[in-house]
Amino acid sequence: MTSSSLTISPPTGLRGNLRRFGQILRHGDLPWTLVLVGMALLVLALMIALGWSVWRESAAARSAFGWSFIAPTASSAWDPVNDRFAAWPIITGTLTTALVAIALATPVSVFIAIFLAELCPAWLRSPLNFMVEMLAAIPSVVYGLWGIFVFLPVVVKPVGQFLGATLGFLPIFSGAIPASGISRLGAGLILTIMIIPTITAVSRDVLLAIPRAQREAALALGATYWEMISQVLVPYGLSGILGAVILGLGRALGETMAVTMVIGNNTVESSGSLLKPGATLASVIANEFAEAVTKLHTSALIELGLVLFGMTLLLNIGARLLVWRVSRTLVTEGR
Amino acid sequence: MLGNPSMQANVKVKAEVETASTLALTSTSSLYRRRRVANVVMLGVTGLFTLLALLPLVWIIVYVLKAGGPYLNWSLFANLPAALGQPGGGVRNAIESTILVTALASLFSVPVGVLAAFYVARYGNTPLGTAVRFGTDVLSGVPSIVVGLFGYAMIVKPQGHYSALAGGVAIAIIMLPTIVRTTEEMLKLVPRTLREAALGLGAPEWKTSLDILLPAALSGVVTGIMLAIARGVGETAPLLFTVLGNDRFAIGQIVGGGIAGRQPLGQIADRLFEQPVDGLTLTMWKYAQQPAPERVQQAWAVALVLMVFVLGLNILARLVVSWRQKQTGRL
Repeated sequence: MTSSSLTISPPTGLRGNLRRFGQILRHGDLPWTLVLVGMALLVLALMIALGWSVWRESAAARSAFGWSFIAPTASSAWDPVNDRFAAWPIITGTLTTALVAIALATPVSVFIAIFLAELCPAWLRSPLNFMVEMLAAIPSVVYGLWGIFVFLPVVVKPVGQFLGATLGFLPIFSGAIPASGISRLGAGLILTIMIIPTITAVSRDVLLAIPRAQREAALALGATYWEMISQVLVPYGLSGILGAVILGLGRALGETMAVTMVIGNNTVESSGSLLKPGATLASVIANEFAEAVTKLHTSALIELGLVLFGMTLLLNIGARLLVWRVSRTLVTEGR
Repeated sequence: MLGNPSMQANVKVKAEVETASTLALTSTSSLYRRRRVANVVMLGVTGLFTLLALLPLVWIIVYVLKAGGPYLNWSLFANLPAALGQPGGGVRNAIESTILVTALASLFSVPVGVLAAFYVARYGNTPLGTAVRFGTDVLSGVPSIVVGLFGYAMIVKPQGHYSALAGGVAIAIIMLPTIVRTTEEMLKLVPRTLREAALGLGAPEWKTSLDILLPAALSGVVTGIMLAIARGVGETAPLLFTVLGNDRFAIGQIVGGGIAGRQPLGQIADRLFEQPVDGLTLTMWKYAQQPAPERVQQAWAVALVLMVFVLGLNILARLVVSWRQKQTGRL
């Protein structure tokens, strides 16, 4: 042992260093690890580069308008003709449509998740899971095309007319829906369909991660199946489900093509009614960027991207932390 | 009928018997019934909502088949777009562009994604490993339009022109999270004993990874790449201001003409990668807004092509995964 370790005592000098370097290369693990670390760092660097590039490119708009760009003032307007830009009407449009989608998609998705995780017969589970996944796989632009020619006239317009006739006294349902059906309501409804898969998949996984003992205990105490679900499972997984909803919200805020095609991209409509055309951050960027004439316009559009990036980043981080924490505590408790 | 006294008495007696029997259980019974009804109703609602959510899926698929099917013809694949308002023509430029951009995107994202997944699967609990997993999760939530802006800011603006290259980079960012996550999952499914056996026989880490783990997880890695391609092909927003659109883009002409004209290879590559191209999704978006009915019909046909491709890839990936699960189950 000692003699052999003596013979391979570290060589010195340039030649020794070269030989050691050669050995490292031949063995290959150090270069391999370095490559892996490099790629891992590259993924992280991409995140940072994303944020940095929209920050840098929006510099002109940020210095021109400062905080008034996102300030919630009534007089703020998006005015490309006079090169004056304030994002507030667009931000409210984004939030309105996303909130409509969340309000409708959350109950539906949680119920679907319950069905998939708890009730569905085994033979039906994987086809249903698959179909829900397919709903997320359909390209956004296909949703948009279907939205313009089918969903708006067949579903959104009658629903909008009904809401206008019955609840028209409420400010959010004031006015008549355009004949084409193009409206914030249309965007909200199509977003609902698009975020159902996201919320469903995450909630389902959260429900499936809850220990069996919880279910058995509730049933053994005489709870009906529904009571077991609503009073034990849902409270148990609540923060995970909340994470799922926030993820869905993030997706609804950033969804571009389908919304751009059905919302009408009207940045001056200020009534806030769901039955009127509007605009979202993503839709304004998609619609105006290629035609932006002035530098300030381009920069302001990129600042919209910055706002969107900031919003979705915060939501995503929050949601991921929630979901991660839940799954970690569930796993450790499961042991 | 009710005037008949004997009948009335009969009814009264029956009612009394019923109340007597329920009196014994009074409150519990009605509560129990209410709970049971609530149970059945709510469980029914969960099933109903599931059906409700699948309705749009079926509706979209059926409608796209119906609206796009009749306009699916050879000309769509073989020809460049006709002038606006003219019948005929195709979207060959868009098909070739989508293939080019997706190939570039795969070229950028697959090596990075797979290697990063190796890192995460191996060192998942180190700070960097956690950061990368978290980073990919967050990256998958970045709106695609922001990724498009990134491509514009990083490549289009410095270069001064739109290009297939910029589109490829943007789509690569969209594909990356899917690749990292699926590959990581698949690597984790490889039995630990395989890895330990290889290391125990003295194989270095890299050889174990490339010669043992990667082949064992290969079908899963390929699945991840397929899913990522399906996602990348369906994206529109990142292409809007990176590739812009190009009605006359034809790979065959560029390459064939370049070779015939003895152009240097660099120049041919420049014309391929450094000029604006088109895309299937981009074409759909443009055509959907045009007044000419032929264009809208073609948009539906393109939607059909796109949907068949994307859903087909997803189904294929599913089949590979379930086939693989059976295999590992047998191991």
